[in-house]
Amino acid sequence: MLFEDYDPLAGRRLSILSPEGEIDEELRPPELDDVALLELYDRLVALRQADQQALILQRAGRMGTYPPTLGQEAANIGSAAVLEPQDWLVPSFRETGAMLLKGVPLKLIYLYWMGCEWGSHFPLEVRVLPVCAPVSSQTLHGIGLSWAAKLKAENSVTLIYLGDGGTSKGDFHEAMNFAGTFKTPAIFFIQNNQYAISVPRTRQTAAPTLAQKAIAYGFPGMQIDGNDLLAVYLATGAAVTRARSGQGPSLIEAVTYRLGPHTTADDPTRYRSAEELEEQKRFDPLRRVRIYLENRGLVTAETEAARQAQHQQWAQEQAREAEAAISYNPDEIFDYHFAHLPPYLVEQKAYCQRIVAAKRESGHA
Amino acid sequence: MPKLNMVEALNLALAEEMARDNQIILLGEDVGQLGGVFRVTDGLQARFGPDRVIDTPLAESGIVGTSLGLAVGGFKPVAELQFMGFLYPALDQIISHISRYRNRTRGRYSLPLVIRMPYGGGIHAPEHHSESTEAILAHIPGIKVVIPASPYDAKGLLISALRDPDPVIFLEPKRIYRAIREEVPEGEFTVPLGQAKIVRAGDQVTAIAWGAMVRETLRAAEEVGEEGISVEVIDLMTISPLDDATLVESIQKTGRGVVVHEACRTGGLGAEIIARLMEKAFLSMAAPIERVTGFDTVFPLLKLEEHYLPDAFRISRAIRKVFNF
Ligand SMILES: Cc1ncc(C[n+]2csc(CCOP(=O)(O)OP(=O)(O)O)c2C)c(N)n1
Repeated sequence: MLFEDYDPLAGRRLSILSPEGEIDEELRPPELDDVALLELYDRLVALRQADQQALILQRAGRMGTYPPTLGQEAANIGSAAVLEPQDWLVPSFRETGAMLLKGVPLKLIYLYWMGCEWGSHFPLEVRVLPVCAPVSSQTLHGIGLSWAAKLKAENSVTLIYLGDGGTSKGDFHEAMNFAGTFKTPAIFFIQNNQYAISVPRTRQTAAPTLAQKAIAYGFPGMQIDGNDLLAVYLATGAAVTRARSGQGPSLIEAVTYRLGPHTTADDPTRYRSAEELEEQKRFDPLRRVRIYLENRGLVTAETEAARQAQHQQWAQEQAREAEAAISYNPDEIFDYHFAHLPPYLVEQKAYCQRIVAAKRESGHA
Repeated sequence: MPKLNMVEALNLALAEEMARDNQIILLGEDVGQLGGVFRVTDGLQARFGPDRVIDTPLAESGIVGTSLGLAVGGFKPVAELQFMGFLYPALDQIISHISRYRNRTRGRYSLPLVIRMPYGGGIHAPEHHSESTEAILAHIPGIKVVIPASPYDAKGLLISALRDPDPVIFLEPKRIYRAIREEVPEGEFTVPLGQAKIVRAGDQVTAIAWGAMVRETLRAAEEVGEEGISVEVIDLMTISPLDDATLVESIQKTGRGVVVHEACRTGGLGAEIIARLMEKAFLSMAAPIERVTGFDTVFPLLKLEEHYLPDAFRISRAIRKVFNF
């Protein structure tokens, strides 16, 4: 319904929850009643705390480079919230929230950014692919997965995330073309946070929207307010329904804003103004849900403080568990390379063991 | 003379050459206002304008493929790829087209372009940000592949690359981007492409390295030097074409050799170097040449990278081994 009625060339952007915390009741998804909304809000706050904790860990030298989700919580949570357990989630690298919601333990996400491969060892049943560092190559993997589901007549859809910069890569266009041609049950979910590191969205394409890219590939695209939890939820839900009922792929451009740096190694003051940032804070995705819930008496200063403290404690515990799970065993460089270690790697592993032992003996760390 | 690190030296080379030759344009992801993620192009957009220092869409094949057209169209493009780990989408353009243009058109078109990128491990970077797959590039005919190991050479080699009539791939060892400072003159000087350099003289063992491994190798040479082993250290600087002459001459003198690279062992450049020395200096050799390399595995995430990367400890063991053979 939603998608068929939408013309990405008309310059409309789906929005339900205003920055002032008012809901357009006509568009409100019925299952998102106040109780359900409060639950999702809780996830938004949890994600912000998880992110905050990652930044603390990074600054303390306990984590490597980390890409914060700050400002993109609604896009993360609202989208993944509509998935069923049998569905697949294919992340880029800024989907801490979506991955959490789908069932990846936070400690694994921490572990990965702490620089340990066990952080990509997800429980199989969560159906989440690992973080993808090369931009956009995951879009093709996602289409392959959704294609497999179609070939097996399995009732699952695949939700694929990418950034606005990612839409410039050839892989994205190939993925779009395969998806359209084979009508696979997939959703391209673009988190358009306005920047690819320093390069603004206007430098990625001359097209006024990213949503309209879908037209050329033969399926619908829609631009939504990505800082609006309800709009994200509604649009992704509609795309999932399309996919599940055999109508093929859809594209969602969630217009959001990265309030923090690209990664902890980035200095955003070099390419964007303090005024722009200030202006964008008004559209903070958490703030508007909170105002709505406050107005309904569902959130108070006390419950808010308690909620934050609880999630902060959870994030700290997950960080501790992650650190306890870090494996420093150099054998692992080799052990997971193939199912059966070929002789040349057996040799290299033995050499590595000898070096580690010799270093220890000679007091070389 | 100012003491510069490698980032500053590269920046200086680009600035001076751009001032000299207005055909030179820089393009890539984040090279403009940000000055590149490692700041190699810092300040250049402010100085030369957004038409000469160009932030492109995020597309490596696009950046490199359009560079070919820009070069044919009369410009001298200097493309920056953000990390070597993201070179692969552009390999199609490099292998299928850039490397063979001069040959295919029987010299009608040459491609005076430079493709720069940081490479290598040792800075605790995330996945795909640490590998050194230079052997893939060295395997491609028709391109030159340059790797500086010091600020001075970085500037001199980059100027040579910018003035070369053929495509040059310029790999920058990011681990030593800021680790070394040395005197780098302002103004024109070049370091020739295709020539290796003896960075430490010795007469008992030849150690061959490039990029960040030169420093580790020099450390190892110091260490074994205290035990009375005299090591000659050669910095390759250009890995394609290889400077056989310098290597052969050194091996003929020392009779023993060690090749060090952080790239995977199998099919790495070490294999090629040893093969050439076998062909050209077999009778001078007193011991089989040793390789100290990365492993034939994926480059590990940061918690295990120290075990992957060759270091002075491993290199000095190899030197002792060939010495005592
Ligand atoms: C193929 C490739 N090229 C370059 C990079 C370096 N890089 C990492 S993230 C990034 C920007 C990505 O922007 P976007 O797709 O908009 O996602 P965002 O980071 O804004 O979430 C770049 C250039 C990369 N990871 N992969």
